[in-house]
Amino acid sequence: MMKVFITVLRRDLLLAMRRKSDFTSTLFFFVVVVSLFPLAIGPELETLRLIAPGIVWVAALLASMLALDHIFSSDYIDGTLEQMLLTPQPLTMLVLAKIIAHWLITGLPLVLIAPVLGLQYDLSLQAIGILVLGLLLGTPALSLIGAIGAALTLGLRGGGILVSLLVLPLTIPVLIFGAGAVEAGVSGLGAEGHLYLLSAMLVMSLFLAPLATAIALRVALE
Amino acid sequence: MLNVTSLQCIRGDRSLFQDLSFELSAGELMHLVGHNGSGKTTLLRTLAALAEPAAGTVAWDGKSIDDLQEEYTGNVLYIGHKNAIKDDLTAIENLQIACVLDGSPVAEDHVWQALAKIGLKGFEDLPTRVLSQGQKRRVSLARLLLSKTRLWILDEPFVALDKAAVSLLQQVLREHIEAGGMAIITTHQDVELITDQVKCLELGWKKQGRV
Repeated sequence: MMKVFITVLRRDLLLAMRRKSDFTSTLFFFVVVVSLFPLAIGPELETLRLIAPGIVWVAALLASMLALDHIFSSDYIDGTLEQMLLTPQPLTMLVLAKIIAHWLITGLPLVLIAPVLGLQYDLSLQAIGILVLGLLLGTPALSLIGAIGAALTLGLRGGGILVSLLVLPLTIPVLIFGAGAVEAGVSGLGAEGHLYLLSAMLVMSLFLAPLATAIALRVALE
Repeated sequence: MLNVTSLQCIRGDRSLFQDLSFELSAGELMHLVGHNGSGKTTLLRTLAALAEPAAGTVAWDGKSIDDLQEEYTGNVLYIGHKNAIKDDLTAIENLQIACVLDGSPVAEDHVWQALAKIGLKGFEDLPTRVLSQGQKRRVSLARLLLSKTRLWILDEPFVALDKAAVSLLQQVLREHIEAGGMAIITTHQDVELITDQVKCLELGWKKQGRV
């Protein structure tokens, strides 16, 4: 079973390596959105420090929405997704492998580039630390939750808009606590509470999202 | 053994067929015929457990496939209209991944041999997007050579293939049937299915030869 999991993971990573535009476009979007704000708002450090976590998190959320389309659609079009449903493997396992691969391709680069972007906003080292930790916990949750929406809208026309409408409300808590963590940490309240809640959301979506996604895929492919 | 009892499938609000019953035992091949829109693909997808029938049951060795689930899909190889290969991966990679997913990993040597047998020598490690339509179909059908499953469900397997490939495929099918396997195929081409055990199932409401 582990072999199957690793095979699917490696397959998706290999495909991303062969077709780099998919993940570079997400990263590019994230970097551009976050970098434009300081230019537009002006060099007032006080303001920048205040809005930084919110902007980084909103950009991360939108970037992950943007990337959702790639998770199942190409496999759906060429028929390989159908074949995954026909294997003697548990579908949730395959789905989980695909989601993790998707996060490694589209989510992890955002987490890694975030400290550099944080410098543009004159964030302290502590604040950057919390921001990165929060993103590390939050972006996988975004990918997991998003996968449900992506599976539900598979094969629909204009699915891109619909998936945002479906998924965005579910991701609001991640956004609130992710951005809140940095503010709480900087103001001296301590970010632990927020980070624990983010972890809880991650664990819960790690458990439930693959199940829901698998069911949605079966419905979509019928 | 595959048992189908009073199956009904509905597409949109139209009943494609109802009260369809047949059985297929080891060493038999079923040729499914019918005009366009008569429900051949729907029937095949239902048999592959990809679609739910509106009524009736499909049973495998006496147990309903709804209960067997993954135990059943492990016995079935379904090749539909889509080739199910990734354009950015090579033929070797595609087949190896497909075999792992099918639950029977194969050594790379075997994959090379299978591709050579199906006439893709020299194309093994090219990304499949540079291959022609017929060659892609061959990559997809090379899974038949590597598969150990008992029931093959093939939806128009001969499309885009040249004569040599068609006769090779016929031979592969014959060997599979003679070894005690089962197969259900649809085809519109005039291809002779040379085995002793051919069943024919006709779907649809129009007589053969009518538009």
